[in-house]
Amino acid sequence: MIGYAVSFGFAAISIALLMNLWRLAMGPSLLDRVIAGDTMVVNMIALIILYGIQRNTTLYFESALLLAMFSFISTIAYCRFVLRGDIIE
Amino acid sequence: MNSLFEAVVAFHIVVGAFFIFVGSFGLLKLPSFMARLHAPSKSTTLGVGGCLVASMLQLWGETGTISVQEILITSFLFMTAPVTAHFLALAYLHTQRDIDESLPQPCSKSNWSALGDEVAGTLPETVSNAEQPNRF
Repeated sequence: MIGYAVSFGFAAISIALLMNLWRLAMGPSLLDRVIAGDTMVVNMIALIILYGIQRNTTLYFESALLLAMFSFISTIAYCRFVLRGDIIE
Repeated sequence: MNSLFEAVVAFHIVVGAFFIFVGSFGLLKLPSFMARLHAPSKSTTLGVGGCLVASMLQLWGETGTISVQEILITSFLFMTAPVTAHFLALAYLHTQRDIDESLPQPCSKSNWSALGDEVAGTLPETVSNAEQPNRF
């Protein structure tokens, strides 16, 4: 039963990633693309977790943790650049 | 693992994936940027939390160990998603030129109500306000 749920999860998160890619391409402003990129990384965290569930291993949690820790820093760097013109003053 | 436990794990996976889908769907279909900020920061974070709870339950059912790595990922996401949403909203507000007409005016002379009447016009200019009159 978990196999079917994980397959559904893969399908749903892949479609979510494609929708984020559409917003990344079509966003009328820069900030739309920034939030699309950040959401893509969060979706990738969920995808890695589901792959770890399917493979029945705990090997892939470190990569999800690293993605979670560093993805928001790039989003904040983009926003700082839009706000101030410089990231670290 | 008995089938009831498998059903609980499968339920969490399905609900988490559905919330992730709803979050990205809202990012695609909502009309303005401020509306589009709501969907990924709330719904996607909740969906990833659901998938992480499913992973914790599955690990507990298979090997009997309780792992805290997933709680670490969830806590990182719960702490950083509001920070990014606030930062993006601030950046969006600073790119709007005619925001003053839609916002109510504060009581002091300047546009920022935290500044009193005597310090209006003394804040430094930012790059995005360089070609605008110094409203602060």
